[in-house]
Amino acid sequence: METLENKLVIALGERDGVSGPAISACAEAAGAKVVFSATECFV
Amino acid sequence: MDLQSQESILRLSEQHGKDNLVVLLGAPDAEAAEIAAETVVLGDPAYAGALAGVQLGLDVFHVLEDEVKTAIPDDVWEAQIGVMEDILDTDAVSSAVAGMRGKSQDSP
Repeated sequence: METLENKLVIALGERDGVSGPAISACAEAAGAKVVFSATECFV
Repeated sequence: MDLQSQESILRLSEQHGKDNLVVLLGAPDAEAAEIAAETVVLGDPAYAGALAGVQLGLDVFHVLEDEVKTAIPDDVWEAQIGVMEDILDTDAVSSAVAGMRGKSQDSP
């Protein structure tokens, strides 16, 4: 991966790790378009 | 991985083409990262969701990998990831996902 600019990103966060919205914010700041975001929870 | 997420990823890969998609993971440990990466590369290992037997071969990274971090402005990284970088085992989750990317490249 050379850059995230203009990429379509699927942000698969986890509750006990990094959340989907946090990943999305990072990806958008890097110039990507987020097409799906979720924060999963394994119990 | 959630069944609903698997359905969405399958639909998005059909809609946009798998070469245009990048998956960023936020899994808390190496095992969870590897399972999530395996699901979007080789298919759902639990054979429960829409990606069972579907080898999408998507480009997948953990958000803590250096390749991702360098692409993100420092202030945004600090605000959004911040202390999680210190809490999570960056090397372990990075290796787990990188290993699965290697399997994708090995596939015909």
